[in-house]
Amino acid sequence: MAITTVPGAVRAPGRPAPSPPAGPPRTNLGRKVRDNLTGHAFLIGAVLCFTVFSWYPMVRGVVMSFQRTRRGETTWVGWDNYLRILDDPSFWTAWQNTFYFTGLALVLGFAVPFFVAILLNEFRHARGYLRILVYLPVMLPPASALFLFKFYAYDPSDAGLFNAILNAFGLPTSQWMQSPEMTMPAMVIASTWMNMGSAVLIYLAALQNIPGELYEAAELDGAGIWRRIMHVTIPQTRLILALLAMLQIVATMQLFIEPLILANGAGAEDSATSVAYLIYQHGFFQNDLNGAAALGVIMLVVLAGFSAVYLRLTARQD
Amino acid sequence: MAPDTGTRTLISQAQLRRGRGRAVYWMLLAVVVVGFTLVFLGPLYWMVTGALKSGQEIAQTPPSLFPQDPQWQNYADAWHHLDLAKLLFNTFYYATGAVLFQLVFDTAAAYALSKLRPVLGNVILGMMLATLMIPAMVLIVPQYVTVIDLPILHINLLDSPFAIWLPLVANAFNIFLLKRFFDSIPEDLMAAALMDGATPLRTLWSIVLPMSRPILGVVSIFAVTAVWKDFLWPKLVMPSPETRTVSVGIYAFAGGTPMNVVIAASVIAAIPTVVIFLVFQRNIMSGLTTGGLKG
Repeated sequence: MAITTVPGAVRAPGRPAPSPPAGPPRTNLGRKVRDNLTGHAFLIGAVLCFTVFSWYPMVRGVVMSFQRTRRGETTWVGWDNYLRILDDPSFWTAWQNTFYFTGLALVLGFAVPFFVAILLNEFRHARGYLRILVYLPVMLPPASALFLFKFYAYDPSDAGLFNAILNAFGLPTSQWMQSPEMTMPAMVIASTWMNMGSAVLIYLAALQNIPGELYEAAELDGAGIWRRIMHVTIPQTRLILALLAMLQIVATMQLFIEPLILANGAGAEDSATSVAYLIYQHGFFQNDLNGAAALGVIMLVVLAGFSAVYLRLTARQD
Repeated sequence: MAPDTGTRTLISQAQLRRGRGRAVYWMLLAVVVVGFTLVFLGPLYWMVTGALKSGQEIAQTPPSLFPQDPQWQNYADAWHHLDLAKLLFNTFYYATGAVLFQLVFDTAAAYALSKLRPVLGNVILGMMLATLMIPAMVLIVPQYVTVIDLPILHINLLDSPFAIWLPLVANAFNIFLLKRFFDSIPEDLMAAALMDGATPLRTLWSIVLPMSRPILGVVSIFAVTAVWKDFLWPKLVMPSPETRTVSVGIYAFAGGTPMNVVIAASVIAAIPTVVIFLVFQRNIMSGLTTGGLKG
């Protein structure tokens, strides 16, 4: 969902390792650094920022999850933080909600952009306009867009935008965020609307790389539109589909701002609480940064496990 | 984007030009254009005009399509009550700083990794790219703890713009994008500059950077929109009302402010990114797709 760009994970930078200098086979490190002072000076700013704000916090998150800080004193507490987090009555609900959201968002936010891209790719007119339209919501600050949904679209009275539309078609209206059953679908709709633009554009670019001869040949063989999609379009874009599916799952598992703004956090009957929201609750409201760190580690393990299984499965198809 | 005409797609051109195919094509196009306009522009229209309605009008059933008596006061109230001028200035300040920091440090690092062959260059690059795999939410707590008490220096960065600027420099995607661009600059050019006695800094400044304008533009635009759209991190590290970003400010006021005023403020907060998008849409769309897909 919240994919803004396709990280370069697809293609590892193709630069071959620098060829070793022709001189003596092993020079000492200090000399190498001194010989190439500018090179290392240029690196230092970014490396420092990565060290302090990225690499070190990764280690620190794990360390923190086994410690407890009380009145400035930090002690090792073993698995206490994890046990406390598991005891949180919202823990399993949060995971359930998060998986539900991820699944629903996958159905909507993954399939819809792909078919929208296929459709847009066929048009020879209004291409620029349609592209701008689809991407426009991506540029809105999420808080702005979500207030629009919260106050206008999901207004549970008949004055709300969605209920007015449902009324106009004679369909039953909904309580939206007030109803525990509709909370998740409503959040998925808002989230898909906000985020699908980038996926559509990425698919469009992938579709344009499919050689036209393949469609030509399929058509000559008598394949209809549906079969051409199944046997040409999908196999030709399989890599990018697989990659975006994974990125989307990782992004949607971090569901946070939607419950915070649309559902004031937990939502009706805890129907909106997400794992990320629980991290936020523990860390910044219950004065339990260590518990929050433990939950972060659990989340990391779950996502890493998922990615490993996923990569295994997609690799096997080759 | 690839050239539009002449490339064969799912359905052949010839089929679309003749008789029934042509009719279906134009009908479908009309449906999609109208449908997309309603789905993607409609809510924005609703937002802008809804904020012009009075409290009574917004609660009326069925809702009115046009505001009967436009309440410009709602926008004025939003501007004054939320001190939007201050919030917008803060956000703009953080965004500008983020662009500068990312351009300077990420460009320098990518250039070094691409052309200057530092010790362990590939290991460093690998470790940077590995951070792309770590979900942001997992790091939020240890990052916060780091920012409130920087290791070794023991400085608290809360409410300091550096709390936004410095973590953004650690952006592996930028480094990757820039490095890949620099990799495509011919080695001959670098050798020629070296032959003429240019230092690496001089080469970067006079040869590499002028050639890299498009990619630097993409990095800058993404930096601005990232800061403008971000919510949780600025909410945590900019806690005081003086230093808030616009999204966080609106959220903080949402509880005790009339709904239409909150929406009016949301509209104002969205204007800068929408304008940036409309002006730079070409760069943004090409930046989005050159990321990792083509060649």
